[in-house]
Amino acid sequence: MTTKPRLSVMKTYKLYVDGKFPRSESGRTYEVYDGKGTFVANAAKASRKDARDAVVAARKAQSGWAGATAYNRGQILYRVAEMIEGRRAQFVDDVRTAEGATAPAANRIVDAAIDRWVWYAGWTDKFSQVVGGANPVAGPYFNLSTPEPTGVVVAFAPQGSSLLGLVSVIAPIIATGNSVVAVSSYARPLPAITLAEVVATSDVPSGVVNLLTGDAAEIGPWMADHADVNALDLTGVDADVATDLQIRSAQTLKRVFPARSSDRDTDFEGDPGTARLAAFVETKTVWHPIGT
Amino acid sequence: MPKFDYAPAPESRAIVDIKDKYELFIGGEFVESTSGKQFATINPASEERLATVADADETDIDNAVKAARRAYDRVWSKMPPAERSKYIFRIARLLAERAREFAVLESLDNGKPIKESRDVDIPLASAYFFYYAGWADKLAHAGFGPDPQPLGVAAQVIPWNFPLLMLSWKIAPALACGNTVVLKPAETTPLTALLFAEVCQQAGLPPGVVNIVTGAGATGKALVEHPGVDKVAFTGSTEVGRAIARSTAGSNKKLTLELGGKAANIVFDDAPIDQSVEGIVNGIFFNQGHVCCAGSRLLVQESVYDEVIESLRLRLMTLRVGDPLDKNTDVGAINSAQQLARIQELTAAGEQEGAAAWSAPFTAPDKGFWFPPTIFTGVSQAHRIAREEIFGPVLSVLTFRTPQEAIDKANNTPYGLSAGVWTDKGSRILWAANNLRAGVVWANTFNKFDPASPFGGYKESGYGREGGRHGLEAYLDY
Repeated sequence: MTTKPRLSVMKTYKLYVDGKFPRSESGRTYEVYDGKGTFVANAAKASRKDARDAVVAARKAQSGWAGATAYNRGQILYRVAEMIEGRRAQFVDDVRTAEGATAPAANRIVDAAIDRWVWYAGWTDKFSQVVGGANPVAGPYFNLSTPEPTGVVVAFAPQGSSLLGLVSVIAPIIATGNSVVAVSSYARPLPAITLAEVVATSDVPSGVVNLLTGDAAEIGPWMADHADVNALDLTGVDADVATDLQIRSAQTLKRVFPARSSDRDTDFEGDPGTARLAAFVETKTVWHPIGT
Repeated sequence: MPKFDYAPAPESRAIVDIKDKYELFIGGEFVESTSGKQFATINPASEERLATVADADETDIDNAVKAARRAYDRVWSKMPPAERSKYIFRIARLLAERAREFAVLESLDNGKPIKESRDVDIPLASAYFFYYAGWADKLAHAGFGPDPQPLGVAAQVIPWNFPLLMLSWKIAPALACGNTVVLKPAETTPLTALLFAEVCQQAGLPPGVVNIVTGAGATGKALVEHPGVDKVAFTGSTEVGRAIARSTAGSNKKLTLELGGKAANIVFDDAPIDQSVEGIVNGIFFNQGHVCCAGSRLLVQESVYDEVIESLRLRLMTLRVGDPLDKNTDVGAINSAQQLARIQELTAAGEQEGAAAWSAPFTAPDKGFWFPPTIFTGVSQAHRIAREEIFGPVLSVLTFRTPQEAIDKANNTPYGLSAGVWTDKGSRILWAANNLRAGVVWANTFNKFDPASPFGGYKESGYGREGGRHGLEAYLDY
């Protein structure tokens, strides 16, 4: 029996907003190439409207996500790790295509990305204990400080590290109860879309994670000016764009991470630490008198 | 209710020796400003000139930053932390020793009642130094990694409402973390900062570790924009905070901002009314309402509205407004003519928009800046007096029916500095505290401060915390 060569099914890559996979409302796409310069796919090029829709979805989802128990958030983040593990071959493939990595390097990156989800899954119900606590005030008062999520965070994912960098940015933001609108690497967006497919099937409530493919420099100013965005993660934007976004953020006093130019270099393969968890929380201090 | 008359009980001014003219404190010495420019600081209760202070310009700022850098490089960053700690302990003790002198000077320059400067501002300022002194040699245990480092030179700009207390919130953690500082006090209240400079000399603090530069907005701008500064800390208006955030963007300066507020003070129908009324009064009339975390929006549950308002009016009849140096005074002078104009403009807008103002009978002294404690009823969320920070003794009263409505109204502001909750029900306190978007929530109390307790806002009230372990973060690189 002879087999005819089979034509493969090409995939249409879309955005991930509010738990759905829409095309850009603008109808725009852009061409994505692999590390050798071969055409791979057309990615949706998110517009201002797409980004605003994503902020609406993120806002709607945020209070419910923050209100879930920390234990539950931890289980859901862990579930994301499980789902990536199950689809690791596709992720390895994506990373090889996107970053031109060798098979061993791509495997290492996917391993690290999975482990990063597990690391943050374990943090959800511990971070409050580590950074919060009872304050020994000089008087008959109960005084307690706890971290609370900042709210809606727009994150510009690293341009180089298309999977591990993206995960390293998103996971700490949602671990503490924020919702996120993430803009992927422009030239290497495909791992982000695969990650969206994983998130969509991991019990992460719709709107908690929104993933846009497109140009950070184009979307950035709209998000920095947006009054219903509480914080920006500027990891993936160039220094001059970052400065502009920081200036724009001043109008609504958005939290900006990293805020200092010297803190902008990030090694995603190293120890993630807790800086990214700490960047998107607010400390709330409650006083109450003690008496009979 | 009869109002008992009290004989005047003025605190003596003799304890403080106000110089005719003050210079800048740079590199451990008092120096003339290079331009020779000066301005006067007055007593807002009498409009008498207290002293003349130097108006620092860019050259002076540059000299101060260089002095701070030298002190940082050569002495302060190299000193064993335990030694650094002892200098700060010395400052705490010296402040406590000279507390009455500082209190009188603060009330003279600021207009706040002596009982507040004496019992709140100065003891707390000393306590902040005492608290942070002990952190200096324990930073490795503070949760910022095993080897947190100082940032370098800190530029600090503080407001006029709690002059010495704000100085202590800024300088104590900065020094404990190993930074050196250049601090600019507000132009209407520079005197206690300049007296603090003498305390630094008495403590033997190495020259340049603390530098005090006086001046107005232009001086502050030159300071925060100086390229030799590694850290900027600002307390003041949201508008200036925004400008600073813009000017430090893209730099290596670490920035913390403590800005405006429009705090809701929520009274539920099961709250003990007398205690709540005391809390409401303390929340908005403490320090003439010149408090960023003042409880300026009272939210009362409809079923107890009449009782609360009646009780509040009776209480206001007994508040004594007058001479800040009188020990019986509850409410002192408004800090400046400019601030008085701002309060008058907003209260006029309140009446124009249809809210009703009420204040107890009050005759203002001939001289000075005065505004009687005032409550506005019939206020809607859209009114300017419900949205904008008045920073004066003016309370806007709104009502609610359900707990959720109270939270929604409380959170309906771009600010998020503080909030108050009054109820007898424990679970409701915790529920409300969880749902209020504010950095400090006072439940069945208000306007409490402590060096061990972090303070700072959500949203447009700024970022960063001052006080407690959290307050170290602003001054460390880790």
